[in-house]
Amino acid sequence: MTGAAAPRLQARLMLGLMLAPPLLWLFALIVLPHVDLAVLSFRERLGPGEYGRSLEQYRTFFGEPLYWHVFVRTAVMSAIATLLTLLMAFPVAWTIAKLARGRLGALLLVVCLLPFWVSETVRTLGWMILLRESGVLPQLLYHLGLTAAPVELLYHDATILVGLVYTSLLFMVVPLVNSFESLDNSLIEAAYDLGASGFAILREIVIPHAKPGITAGCIVVFMLTLGNYLTPNLLGGKNSQWFTEQIYTQFITRFNWEQGAAFGFLLLALSTAMVWLGLKLSGQRFGDVMRRA
Amino acid sequence: MALGRLLLWIVGLALAGSAAADDAKRLRIITWADYVPAEIVAQFKAETGIQVELTLSNNEEMISKLRATGGAGFDLAQPSQDRIVGAQQEFRIYKPIDVAKVNLAQFVPELVEIAKKNATVDGKLYALPYVWGAEGLVVNSKKAKVADYTDLCKPELKGKTAVRLKRPTLMAFALASGKDPFALYGNTKAYAALMDDVGRTLIACKANFRFFYDNKDQLLNGVRSGEIVAAMMWDSGAWRLNRENPDIRFVNPKSGAIAWMDTFVLPARGKNDAGAYQWINFTMRPDVAAKIAKAVGNFSASKGAEQLMEPRLKEQFKESFPDGFKTVKWYPAIPAGLEEIEGRVLDRVKAAN
Repeated sequence: MTGAAAPRLQARLMLGLMLAPPLLWLFALIVLPHVDLAVLSFRERLGPGEYGRSLEQYRTFFGEPLYWHVFVRTAVMSAIATLLTLLMAFPVAWTIAKLARGRLGALLLVVCLLPFWVSETVRTLGWMILLRESGVLPQLLYHLGLTAAPVELLYHDATILVGLVYTSLLFMVVPLVNSFESLDNSLIEAAYDLGASGFAILREIVIPHAKPGITAGCIVVFMLTLGNYLTPNLLGGKNSQWFTEQIYTQFITRFNWEQGAAFGFLLLALSTAMVWLGLKLSGQRFGDVMRRA
Repeated sequence: MALGRLLLWIVGLALAGSAAADDAKRLRIITWADYVPAEIVAQFKAETGIQVELTLSNNEEMISKLRATGGAGFDLAQPSQDRIVGAQQEFRIYKPIDVAKVNLAQFVPELVEIAKKNATVDGKLYALPYVWGAEGLVVNSKKAKVADYTDLCKPELKGKTAVRLKRPTLMAFALASGKDPFALYGNTKAYAALMDDVGRTLIACKANFRFFYDNKDQLLNGVRSGEIVAAMMWDSGAWRLNRENPDIRFVNPKSGAIAWMDTFVLPARGKNDAGAYQWINFTMRPDVAAKIAKAVGNFSASKGAEQLMEPRLKEQFKESFPDGFKTVKWYPAIPAGLEEIEGRVLDRVKAAN
């Protein structure tokens, strides 16, 4: 008995040792700070340097329509951005996976990756140079006579969406390419032979097969968008109102860490709920989806 | 095992080395952009052997960063004079200034008085003045006629003005409505009502603001490109634009410019107080202060520096403020709690359509 147990114990010890660094990292940098934030969010300032336990921060959120308006707005805009990203990434991923042969496919993927070689700040500032009233695009439209005067293209909701879709496109393309590549071409050929229309093939074969990839891409993009701070802030200007901005404001400019922590947890709850809802609606399991991504 | 011990030993050595040896030889300052020119840093290093390390920030970030560490991480900070008492009472992030270690004779006495009045907690002084200036309006005189803050809301300036979505804007619009917000600092209820009024004014005016700017360069670029024709701005930025384009001028608003003053404060757990005092005495020396003032574009709190100022800046000051700083209002220290009221109003303005 002991002869068989010793190696097993050793193997388990090895596994434990190998897992220790990531677990430590997970615990020290993710779990601990969140526990601290959770405690913080149930606190209330009573006087200078004096705090007590309360639900006040969460009550403020539901009591002040402003905050949950921004909350809902952020969720809706993120959902729209995710949908637009899916619509745009779908043909791109299809081209890379099925139509481009050999090196061309790799090249196309690199082209998608290229914008990510510069930081998000630079990419966003690039959009600002293109879209501002004295910028490239409005001036071009004006000089071509398409608009009577240069139009301000910055600081609209649509501008925010453009920026968000642009930043998250790659995170949709990659899982889609993965799931398209595993789709056997003969299935599509057989469907054509049997007289199916292009739309029917898309609906009956391609989408069901790519479903885990689609769900994975949507989850990643939605979370990235929901938690984005820079793009909505810079491109949205005075109307941006992204929930992450509220969190930043509470923490940094209002010195109200308690409120900021509560907002942070509400955002976490929102993204968890949306992911759960997405999985339920598409009939997927989280584990399968993540394996595909 | 031997490898593990060696690694530990190296890490330990590195930590000990970085902690002990360098503290007296480096000075970590958290300050505003452009406040400490590279030339001055080099001169200080040559004279004292101390290397200055800069972190650029603003009032709120300075307080938040120091709050997060309990006042550690920096040896010297430069918040505005009105933001010290509240932060100190609430978070205990600063330590009192030992006036005996400072050459007070180098400072402009009136500015030291303001610091004493607004930055004393429990009878102890927490700040000394560094530079000062006033916030008013910058106007492209060819494209707009603006005499007071509320003129930014004139219908013909739709989409062509800018302000910061911060408390100075609330104060300015409150003053322009004929009320004195500073007199209401002690009366929370009346103050909240006044801020609600100001919030409504700003919401009605929102279509006129092209954006709410967060940093100086965003506004400077907007004015340079002509997208912005009038905005709230502090004097030095306006004077800089004026040097590039004489049509752009600083306007001292009818209801009064609001004066600000940024200071020296010592973070509670700074490690190089001796170096910080050396730096304070060094930067207030008239020859050094004049160089700083020239680079910053604002006035130094150093007494002797004014004679050495650039004539151009003096002229601009005279043109903007013909009767000196008499008509200017100084920010009083903000009592804790007021910023929460202001915060709600600012949020509402941001959310309005």
